[in-house]
Amino acid sequence: MNRSTDTYRGLIDKITKEYSKSLVAKIRKLAEQLKNVVKIMDFCGTHEWTITHYGIRTLIPDEVELIAGPGCPVCVTPAYYVDQLISLSLEGIEVLTYGDAVRLPASAGHTPRSLLEAKAGGGRVHIVYSFMDAVKYAKTRSNEMVFFAIGFETTMPSVASVIMKGKVPKNLSVLTAYRYTPPIVKHLLTEVGAVQLDGIIAPGHVSAVIGASSWEFIPKEYGVPTVVAGFEAIDVLAAIEKILEMKVRGKAGLINEYSRVVQWDGNKLAKQAIFEVFEVRDAYWRGIGFVRESGGFFKDKFKEHDAIREYGLKDPPADLSKEVVPGCKCHEVVLGLSKPTHCPLFMKVCRPDSPYGPCMVSVEGTCRIWAEHPEFLRLEEIKSVGAALKDLE
Amino acid sequence: MCLGIPMRIARVWSEGELKLAEVEAGGVRTEVDVSLLEDIRVGDYVIVHAGIAISKLDESEARELIKLFNEIASELS
Repeated sequence: MNRSTDTYRGLIDKITKEYSKSLVAKIRKLAEQLKNVVKIMDFCGTHEWTITHYGIRTLIPDEVELIAGPGCPVCVTPAYYVDQLISLSLEGIEVLTYGDAVRLPASAGHTPRSLLEAKAGGGRVHIVYSFMDAVKYAKTRSNEMVFFAIGFETTMPSVASVIMKGKVPKNLSVLTAYRYTPPIVKHLLTEVGAVQLDGIIAPGHVSAVIGASSWEFIPKEYGVPTVVAGFEAIDVLAAIEKILEMKVRGKAGLINEYSRVVQWDGNKLAKQAIFEVFEVRDAYWRGIGFVRESGGFFKDKFKEHDAIREYGLKDPPADLSKEVVPGCKCHEVVLGLSKPTHCPLFMKVCRPDSPYGPCMVSVEGTCRIWAEHPEFLRLEEIKSVGAALKDLE
Repeated sequence: MCLGIPMRIARVWSEGELKLAEVEAGGVRTEVDVSLLEDIRVGDYVIVHAGIAISKLDESEARELIKLFNEIASELS
């Protein structure tokens, strides 16, 4: 790096720091004007990572509570898919999927406990980075394969784009575990016993696909201020500031803070591809239950690619009682009803190197994120001891 | 797997109806599907998500940001 880039970097850092400071000062001032605690949900796992990594909770007043949301596909993917894929892999049908999905725990009491364990026991499992890589891999071989397609609207176009163009070899089918994000937000806002939210930081990259306009229903129908935000610390601070400002003014609206990436109407071609290939049906979210019109499944037109039809898989199966592994609070964590530190298993039997529950598997999982930031955990501990002492008084 | 990464387009080509590109970030190069974006050119920045480019970084927005940065920089110095 030459000297001029060095100076430029230094300058950028300085500006970022100054801007962050001014945002934090504004947040503090706005929080003073609000009487009650303000609960803001950060939908995305990547937002939660930014918040935890940069210590944003320590910069803002205690009256502004940031709650991690359901934006982690690995965390909400039903265990029954894992169970069925484990069986297929042991029968010799090769399962292709992402690096984190292979560690996803199967249902309670199931052995092997994950696709990775199945692989160790002789099952055929292969890790890929993308669906395109899966297609390339399948083209060079002749054995039967299934791609385990999990994710939200951000990942759906990757399968839709290739399927639409008929580029998928005959020996590869796809198990779609796709879930749509607006229905789960609606679920959060309407379900009895859900956290009362005062603001939502909407997912940045999902919005790049479906458009910022997809979130208009939140302020309109539920009166909750919403900001579509990017993933830098400054983006998140700006989102918090804008939500508080709306709260103070008593006017809920929708703001697109991430306009450098997110268009109001999203990516037209990606939306068309999703619409062309998938149909929407009610779908099960792990430990949470059925959410109306929240699942993406192959339309009849593309049934020859559908692993659910090809192998007669049950989606959903009759028995859903084993979706939550005993003691795990992941399904409460994704809805903001529990914190990872409330779980008796957290950092004991459930750790990043040996995840017991789904929220510890992926880097978007709140448990995994918190686990990898020990200094933040110590602060949480001090806070909870402080709260307990206050209760004693 | 649910992680969007801003990457720079290094090369673009077609394979039948698919539009593919080699993208680069921090010295890492990989091949991705860019079929769902219009007007992709070498040097553009895109958000890559699980092997597909889902959005192009808005150049005018980026320019605005640089302008803003320069303004603040001149105030600071």
